[in-house]
Amino acid sequence: MATTKKKKAAPKTKKAASKELTAEEIRHADEREVGVGRAGDIPRENLMDWYRQMVLIRKFEQSCSEQYQLGKIGGFLHLYIGQEAIAVGSIAARGANDHVITAYRDHGHALAVGSETGPVMAELMGKVTGVSGGRGGSMHLCDVPRRFWGGYAVVGGHVPLGAGIALAEQYKGTDGAVLCYMGDGSTNIGYFHESLNLAKVWNLPVVWIVENNQYGMGTAVDRASATPEMVTKASGYDMEAHVVDGMSVCDVYWKTTDALKRVRAGEGPQFLEMITYRFEGHSMGDPLRYRSKEEVVKWRDDDPIGVIERRLIEQENCTQEELDAIDDQVEVEMAAAVKFADESPEPGLDTLYDHIFVEN
Amino acid sequence: MRQALSDALREEMLRDENVFIMGEEIGVWGGTYAVTRGFYDEFGERRVRDTPISEMAIGGAAAGAAMNGLRPVAEFMTINFAFVAFDAIINHAAKVHYMFNGNIKCPVVFRAPGGGGRQLGATHSHTPDVIFAHFPGLRVVSPATPYDAKGMLKSAIRSDDPVMFIEHATLYQERGEVPEEEYLVPLDKSDKKRDGSDVTIVTYAQGLPVSMEAADKLSKEGIEVEIIDLRSLQPLDLSLALESFKKTNKAVVVEEGHGTYGIGAEIVAQIQEHAFDYLDAPIKRVAQKQAPLPYARELEQSALINPDRVVAAVKEVL
Ligand SMILES: Cc1ncc(C[n+]2csc(CCOP(=O)(O)OP(=O)(O)O)c2C)c(N)n1
Ligand SMILES: [Mg+2]
Repeated sequence: MATTKKKKAAPKTKKAASKELTAEEIRHADEREVGVGRAGDIPRENLMDWYRQMVLIRKFEQSCSEQYQLGKIGGFLHLYIGQEAIAVGSIAARGANDHVITAYRDHGHALAVGSETGPVMAELMGKVTGVSGGRGGSMHLCDVPRRFWGGYAVVGGHVPLGAGIALAEQYKGTDGAVLCYMGDGSTNIGYFHESLNLAKVWNLPVVWIVENNQYGMGTAVDRASATPEMVTKASGYDMEAHVVDGMSVCDVYWKTTDALKRVRAGEGPQFLEMITYRFEGHSMGDPLRYRSKEEVVKWRDDDPIGVIERRLIEQENCTQEELDAIDDQVEVEMAAAVKFADESPEPGLDTLYDHIFVEN
Repeated sequence: MRQALSDALREEMLRDENVFIMGEEIGVWGGTYAVTRGFYDEFGERRVRDTPISEMAIGGAAAGAAMNGLRPVAEFMTINFAFVAFDAIINHAAKVHYMFNGNIKCPVVFRAPGGGGRQLGATHSHTPDVIFAHFPGLRVVSPATPYDAKGMLKSAIRSDDPVMFIEHATLYQERGEVPEEEYLVPLDKSDKKRDGSDVTIVTYAQGLPVSMEAADKLSKEGIEVEIIDLRSLQPLDLSLALESFKKTNKAVVVEEGHGTYGIGAEIVAQIQEHAFDYLDAPIKRVAQKQAPLPYARELEQSALINPDRVVAAVKEVL
């Protein structure tokens, strides 16, 4: 498990880089860009909150792993460790009417929209107090009041749903847009191509966010995709596309903010490829035969929590004590979440037929 | 029936601003089967949305729009192409309400013309209704008369559940009485279409005119059949069929789809479960033969249901 207390000696961070890095440059960057050009514009309290959210997601996932090993979580369990900056930075950029929908690696998105840790953990344990009443499980979290339309377990299946949710906003004439997240692997399924095409033809208010974590299960991107650069896929649909440093919460925030601005200016659907890495296996019990230890170690140097931590310490006069206090508070919250889930009842067997139809 | 469907759509679009239609060639072209002719000029391209040839996106985007408060009526050019959208329909539209514990509703209508008998060959002639009806969470209906078509389409659009609305293309020509005033037909009730005392025929959609014609022939020989039109396949309402069977003690099930694992199989199973003591003869199934539908006219016809096959089945159970 990655730890959040990564102390690198004399970290150096480049400031105010104005040019946009390519995906390849981001993958091989020695120094993590923080904020790419506009880092200084973000208030310290926001940075602190993003740090807290990322640590919360990290600890939540570590706790899931433990609960899984204890046999309290069943089915498939996909951890978001390594990708925290993406959900946190992009959801921080969303406006009051914007929506979120994603695939099955969805714990980070749920927590970033503000779903409480207790009901999310309860869902993973199949409890009636879970966000989906124990009917969904890890891959099917939702929080409709917070405009989070769920995690979806069929690769690509939610992508046209995202287009449809955007269509409804456009139809109703609101300024709402959709952040539709997906993995690199999903860019190879027909749903992806049909949905991008439709979104462009109808000028739908949607930002497609590809979380390129370098693998779909055990298949490296360049072994599955005709082009390893996800952004180039957008050009086939005449869509503006940018590469984002998915390890930098600030870069994620700004690029998403800009994309949403363009959507609201009527410029149509936008595409962001966020370069990141899945630190753990695809799901629990992944033998990890498809990548080297060295590769994982290299990426762990770019731990998104380490990046924001360095930024806070170097540029915001943040002390280690302040960060530790946040970590401790998160630990307390997680312990309470697990306790809540543990103590919650399972759904009654007499509820099997509930919610098949709205009108029975 | 074409006009009845068209009227239902128009009335619902006029009644509710959130109702809109989308699909391939439904707008400028006027609809492959002309159900939406004139809609593009009347309602404009915001509410009459021509789509690219993208069934996965049609199914998924219609479901997504429904989840977020609209009432889309998405048309598949034919039900054969809905196979491409099967995941969007079954894994998404039909699952979100349950999977998310009632937090998400998906009031989408998928309209899909289908059926065989028009020499369209093996890929364009399916009557796959039973496949869609297999899964909980999706309402599956298929009307046989203009009256039912109009009333059921209006109910489907107003329903908060996803509805697969299957139209047998041959029935577009069907004529029948449709009242001037507004009415609705429930989505989950079967209907008795003919009174009789000798044999019960359970059928729906294209099976209805075929069975009616058979009933006329049988009547001339003094055999009176009672015909129950299921109208809905999911949920399945067998109350009238069972009531009739308890009177006649004999039944024939008529469906246009393939017989193997078909709707008839389900109905026979339920009749023997619920009315075993009333059973006087083995129940017969009349269905499409277990071969892909060929192009050649007579060969295709030989695989489909027809009144003579129904007459023969009725005589066998008598
Ligand atoms: C249609 C479909 N095919 C296969 C699978 C099995 N599967 C689950 S996750 C996955 C890999 C997806 O990779 P990616 O989109 O990159 O997302 P990541 O897991 O990296 O977040 C596969 C093949 C599936 N869920 N759905
Ligand atoms: Mg991936």
